[in-house]
Amino acid sequence: MSFAETFMNGEQGAFKPATLTPMQKMILRFVVVGLVYYAFAVIEGMIMRLYEVAPIPVIPQLQFFAIMTAHPLVGIFGSTYSIVFGAFLFLVPFLMKKPLWSIPLANWTCGLLAVGTFTFWFAGFLTEYAPLYTLYWPLPADFTQFSLWGGTFFIVGIAIVMVGVVFFVLNIFKTITYTPAGWAPQPAGALLGSALGLSGIKAFFTKKKDDHLVSLPVAAIARGTVDTAFNAGIILFTGVLILVYMVAEIFGTSLKHSSVDALLYKNWFWWGLDLIADGLVLIFVAGTWYLLATLITGRKLFMENWARAALFVEMVVSWTVWSHHLMSDQAQPGMLKTVSGEMVTAFELITQGLAFFITLATLWSAKPLKMTMPLRFLLGGLLGFALAVPAGIMQADLGLNRILHNTQWIVGPHVHVAVLVGLTMTLYSAIYLLFPIVTNGAKLYSEKLAIFHFWTHLLGGIGMGAFMGMAGLQGMLRRSLYVNGEFNVYMILAALAGSLLLIGFLAFFYNIVMSLGLKGVIGVFTPSKLDTTDPVPAS
Amino acid sequence: MVDSTIVLWGQTLAYTFYVLAIMAVMAWFALRITQQGPTPRVRPWVFYGFVTLLVVLGISLHFITYYTIPWKPMDMHRAGITPDKVFDISVAKHQFQLPSEQIRVSCNDKVLFNVTSSDLTYGFGLFRPDHSMLFQMQVVPGHRNDILWQFDKPGVYTIRSTEYSGPAGVNMVVKDAVVVSCD
Repeated sequence: MSFAETFMNGEQGAFKPATLTPMQKMILRFVVVGLVYYAFAVIEGMIMRLYEVAPIPVIPQLQFFAIMTAHPLVGIFGSTYSIVFGAFLFLVPFLMKKPLWSIPLANWTCGLLAVGTFTFWFAGFLTEYAPLYTLYWPLPADFTQFSLWGGTFFIVGIAIVMVGVVFFVLNIFKTITYTPAGWAPQPAGALLGSALGLSGIKAFFTKKKDDHLVSLPVAAIARGTVDTAFNAGIILFTGVLILVYMVAEIFGTSLKHSSVDALLYKNWFWWGLDLIADGLVLIFVAGTWYLLATLITGRKLFMENWARAALFVEMVVSWTVWSHHLMSDQAQPGMLKTVSGEMVTAFELITQGLAFFITLATLWSAKPLKMTMPLRFLLGGLLGFALAVPAGIMQADLGLNRILHNTQWIVGPHVHVAVLVGLTMTLYSAIYLLFPIVTNGAKLYSEKLAIFHFWTHLLGGIGMGAFMGMAGLQGMLRRSLYVNGEFNVYMILAALAGSLLLIGFLAFFYNIVMSLGLKGVIGVFTPSKLDTTDPVPAS
Repeated sequence: MVDSTIVLWGQTLAYTFYVLAIMAVMAWFALRITQQGPTPRVRPWVFYGFVTLLVVLGISLHFITYYTIPWKPMDMHRAGITPDKVFDISVAKHQFQLPSEQIRVSCNDKVLFNVTSSDLTYGFGLFRPDHSMLFQMQVVPGHRNDILWQFDKPGVYTIRSTEYSGPAGVNMVVKDAVVVSCD
């Protein structure tokens, strides 16, 4: 096939959108939205990397901080949530061998994530709304610094995303518990108990050992979804609080900022934010590792009951761990700093370490394995968390936090290595594994490009995190600017590593477009002609 | 006394060693699982040993730092320690208000910095001339933000806000604001 033919019809014309089920189209829409917003996040990241070397004249300083405000939210909600939600809305019915509770609701989730993310991103871009993702009271309601209307639309965008999140949560739990038409009645309570780990706790204290009603990956999805639901509640409540100040200001009344306690707000916000960072991300990732390891090897998971128990512990840990973000807040009670901040956080080393070991042991049990793309990226994802989690444990120490808090160390070796190397490479592994399943056997355009993507992403992600970390250890702050080139050696090296990430993503994007073809990508967004609720065609 | 430079060097060495080791392990693992040959079963004691190691590492880190990093116990028990000097500093509208143009401190004095904000959340950090950090804390409006510190070396330190408070916060730098002398 010529280049033009491949570009239009995909590799060997193997991808036929007309053969896709509504479920396959649903997940592919989520993935396309997620990848588009990943591109947004990567480009924003590159702009910030360059700005940290030397301010770019055409970008005002306020716009730089507006980018910094939107960047993590675009990455989390627009990209990661889209890909993860799409994958799980496909996998839960696929693994449970029952239809999704509502495909239209899943498509609504996709649309709301896409529209909501664009709304807050555009509001931030247009009005330079830059209160650092509304983290510190009263910054989001400081209208002497930031646009009132920009902030209002920013919060509305976040609220739209959260409505989509609520739809996802509802769809997941209903799918686990409901009885499809024509089926024998399903034990909803027992299914929910198994998914959340309650039956496992009960079995621990009794001699009666029943089989688990819900498979381990579905249990991981359910437990992570609990944190997703709590987080949506926190963000929606916080959004309403900020909107009250905004609406009052629009009507000419300035409410007193001191009516809201800044430290209480910080605790509240970090409790919610950690349900993502130290909750659903770690739980979803561990569950995805287990699923990938069993699918890649065709073997049973090593120490499965321990894996289930660790997922439950991780969920409880995620509710009690937030105080490690407030170790430099001197008014924060010392007991919270020590127990929640230091000790409970140490459990993350244990739970994530267990998931790491169990996944490796499962892979080991099936050697020799072929080094496929899913396996390659899975190993990258495992390495990412093996690097990032200990970095996080170190900064969650009262002694070390005093000299690490808010430095580039936090956002480099911990946050970006966890997100870019650990989480994103795990997602890429899932994408490569699910690619033939959800496309009915479409051919990958180039294996070499996929390998190029792997190495550029791995080296770029680790390199960027490492150079940011070195700058952090030398005292460079995050969320700040150094206009006199104080840390330029590290920032130039971090920017070069960041450019590897960008190049790797472009290679991946090109590879996917050439695999599916332009017509194929457009075809994903047209309604399916197949009248079925099955995840894949019956044939 | 151990100061933050030594602690940071220790951390850099420990983490660098760990990074190199885990990368080597993963590279070895990736190579071995693709090779033919016997597959020794992972024995349960290896797993339980690994779990024990994680527990020991996770908890011992905090005990080790408590007994080796001097500012950690001092900070945790600062309410019961009488400072040699107290400096009250206020922050408002992205400006530090110091008690005097320069804060002068004598070596080995226990100094309490009491920083209050009347509008936004800021940070308060002391930095060496090479931009490395001596210490920092958050400054939350409506709350007491105090840090006790013992200086044991002469030096000149710059105060910088360590928390984002809007673009103007970038300029919250008071050069050479704290002078420590050991005469």
